[in-house]
Amino acid sequence: MKPTSHAFKQNAREALADPQLRRALGNVPTGFIQKRANARARLPEFDDLRDVARDIKNHTLAHLDLYYDAYEQRVTAAGGQVHWAETAADMRRIVLDICRAEGARVVTKGKSMIAEEVALNEHLEAAGLEVVETDLGEYIIQLRHEPPSHIIAPAIHLNKEQVEESFRARHAGLPEDRKLDDAPALVGEARQVLRQKFLSADVGITGANFLVAETGTSIIVTNEGNGDLTQTLPRVHIVLASIEKMVPTLEDVTTILRLLARSATGQEFSSYTTLSTGPRRAGDPDGPQAYHVVILDNGRTAMLGTEFHDMLRCIRCGACINHCPIYHAVGGHAYGWVYSGPMGAVLTPALIGIEEAGHLPNASTFCGRCEEVCPMRIPLPKMMRHWREREFERHLAPLSQRWGLGVWAAVARRPALYRAATAFAAAALRLVARGRGRVSWLPLAGGWTRHRDFPAPQDRTFMQLWRERSHG
Amino acid sequence: MKTQKTTVALFVTCLVDLFRPSVGFAAIRLLEDAGCRVEVPDAQTCCGQPAYNSGDRADARELARQTIAAFEPYDWIVAPSGSCAGMLRKHYPLLFADDPAMRDRAEAVAARTWELVSFLVDVLGVERVPQTVNLHATYHDSCSGLRELGIREQPRRLLSTINGLKLTELADADVCCGFGGTFCVKYPDISNDMLEKKTAAIAATGADVLLAGDLGCLMNMAGKLKRQGSPVRAWHVAEVLAGMTDDPAIGEGT
Amino acid sequence: MADAANDAATGRARVMAAMRRALGVTGDEPERRAAVAARLSGHARHLVPRRAAVSGAERLDLFRRMAEATQTTVAEVDTAADVPSAVADYLRTNNLPARIRRGADPVLATMPWHEVSALEVTEGPARADDLASLSHAFAAVAETGTLILTSGPDNPTTLNFLPDNHIVVVEASRVVGAYEDAWDRLRAAYGEAAMPRTVNMITGPSRTADIEQTIQLGAHGPRRLHVILVRNGGPSSATA
Repeated sequence: MKPTSHAFKQNAREALADPQLRRALGNVPTGFIQKRANARARLPEFDDLRDVARDIKNHTLAHLDLYYDAYEQRVTAAGGQVHWAETAADMRRIVLDICRAEGARVVTKGKSMIAEEVALNEHLEAAGLEVVETDLGEYIIQLRHEPPSHIIAPAIHLNKEQVEESFRARHAGLPEDRKLDDAPALVGEARQVLRQKFLSADVGITGANFLVAETGTSIIVTNEGNGDLTQTLPRVHIVLASIEKMVPTLEDVTTILRLLARSATGQEFSSYTTLSTGPRRAGDPDGPQAYHVVILDNGRTAMLGTEFHDMLRCIRCGACINHCPIYHAVGGHAYGWVYSGPMGAVLTPALIGIEEAGHLPNASTFCGRCEEVCPMRIPLPKMMRHWREREFERHLAPLSQRWGLGVWAAVARRPALYRAATAFAAAALRLVARGRGRVSWLPLAGGWTRHRDFPAPQDRTFMQLWRERSHG
Repeated sequence: MKTQKTTVALFVTCLVDLFRPSVGFAAIRLLEDAGCRVEVPDAQTCCGQPAYNSGDRADARELARQTIAAFEPYDWIVAPSGSCAGMLRKHYPLLFADDPAMRDRAEAVAARTWELVSFLVDVLGVERVPQTVNLHATYHDSCSGLRELGIREQPRRLLSTINGLKLTELADADVCCGFGGTFCVKYPDISNDMLEKKTAAIAATGADVLLAGDLGCLMNMAGKLKRQGSPVRAWHVAEVLAGMTDDPAIGEGT
Repeated sequence: MADAANDAATGRARVMAAMRRALGVTGDEPERRAAVAARLSGHARHLVPRRAAVSGAERLDLFRRMAEATQTTVAEVDTAADVPSAVADYLRTNNLPARIRRGADPVLATMPWHEVSALEVTEGPARADDLASLSHAFAAVAETGTLILTSGPDNPTTLNFLPDNHIVVVEASRVVGAYEDAWDRLRAAYGEAAMPRTVNMITGPSRTADIEQTIQLGAHGPRRLHVILVRNGGPSSATA
């Protein structure tokens, strides 16, 4: 999808003025946050497991090349094929080639952020394929031609009336008098329609939450079962995975799995965690005849070994998104691309450039809630700060901001000058406030006074008063 | 008999210095009541956090150098601010990761730096404050103090020993108020959304008074409360603990 | 296609080279290779929650409680011979037709289905109009009430997902405490580093919260998941 991250402020303004979105976003704090807290409370080892998980991923990243050697051997031994996509265009080309070689007409898809990242659907559709998203949330936004607004709950910004409207508009043969005014009816309608697609698909494409080097296995974690129908019924199963999905052993991935569902939705474990290894075996009555794994770089090797290395530990649970007060205010679309919230603020500039995505790491108070809940102990605020440093080095920040902070720092580095400047400022601001104790409008501080009064200095400065007291 | 008083260096913080000296004096009173001698190093200005969080590492390092030099002669460094204390404790060593000599000095200062209420409770073992004031208050947990320094129980414990003070827990006390330094002026509309959620929660407590440990957060919330015409008054927790609530609250005139 | 193979080789070479460059390695370093080989062959366990360290009746009880908390229903029978009537009862109680689809699993095949002659039992992978299926689990994990099912002619994977109602038989001796115990059994059955095409870890029926954050069961997979726990029979705990 074409990024609109550069328009974050405009996107945010629209989001803040959207009452339906604000109602929908109100569910996030009460739902996901409470559920995660409950799940954590039910597992005494939760926080210790986060340390172990961090160590597992750190070890894996430090040996990533060798784990891929082992992984590829295992996949090939099981009858599967591994493809390597350096860029988004490479991945699109590889997937289309596989579909064409198969003579595919209908493609079903499980939820894959990688597919969004490389804009796969449009590419396949342009080549004449019918592409059907099967995750219910993804299906709904596909009908509406919208991007996902959350990596776990892509349709979280919609209410059921909007879903009903989409089904009525796009489901051929749906009787007008059929009731679709509640969630069970809507889910039932989607189940019925998508069932036909599952059964008629030639190729099924899924993402991968993890790749396991020990056994050459790809893992998907779902609640709906759509990923499983996508990967079991068609002749061909294609797995899309970015390079950081690798984990060494079953025991390693198990530790991380103990954290994933609990962090994402507060479940002990999701309904379906599926380990796939190669195509069907001789004698298997079902399963795909061909199994392809497409590994994507698309800017991630450029993060390895840099100050953004820790971001490669992300397991896409969405906990940071669920806890972020900025996300609660504006929702996912405002971030303008595939990844939103704190993880989006760190990852997006790495993948599409800081010039396009500069607002994202700046729109943060560094409150630290994201890092507090991250199962992989990723220091998200620290990496947002690193993006700000990169921007500062490249003079990307607005001139007024740079100038203002530069003056502040220059004065603060000279204590005597600072004393005089602050004494003057205290007096000046108190004059403006005229005994009211606050100011309703301040030049150069329009951003502040637009929404709140500005408390005036109480008196002369502390250092002036202290000097008097000490010497008086 | 030798009387050994603990000498504490007060890191005033730039906001307290310019906007509300009474917080500094409240801190001094609390420290002196707990048996300390307080000095105020002359060469302090700003901890450098605005530069640091804006990506200006060079200026942040210079201000850190200056602060470290001013404070390293002291055994104890106390600031009435979780974000400033957090800057010294957690971030100064990181600023000099590539300069071993400076890093050692930064780590030494970091280890001796404390936020005020945490210093009183966790280091000095203060268990109560001898104040009486009739107030219905609620308490906001500033993000840095909470998440970088683990300050949560300490202010509540001391507040509970004040006669006449009723404390109602603030729903989502641990959610950011929307200040975030320059964030509130760079993204004012998002900041305002966070701020309105915060003031709604404050109103829902029925409290007359808002307390917190960071003046930046307090100015942000007090400014909003005043704009809304709310009767809620805001003080720094140090002022209430030190019994200094006779003077105007934040954003109030003389 | 020579071009595709060539592209494939370059793509791999470029990404691997980028990885190695970023990590500052050549890939030939013996200590790294040894560390990776050791970890893969040793597949050591990490911290296992205490919750999973239960045995005997306590373990079965934990499995039941955790499974029921995910809207799985659990019935208990004494021996495999009791399963056919338990299946018939379940279908009747839920107003489902007396038809069940199963795989070729010998444990299922040798059950006395003739005792419930009104029940129509067919064998093979799931068809679009099958309403109820029957599987035999490889293992069950008490830690979270999770079933482990392996693909193959014995228990075709489509039986786990296509029909509305999924019934899973598991002997008490196949119920383990932690997931890691299941992996040990899997390795014993399939060999080191070997896996069937699919291993499904199933915890409750299909669900979604994609519409206004309210949970609905039966999104695409089964609406109902029913476990029949067989107290006696099955492998001894020492073997898979």
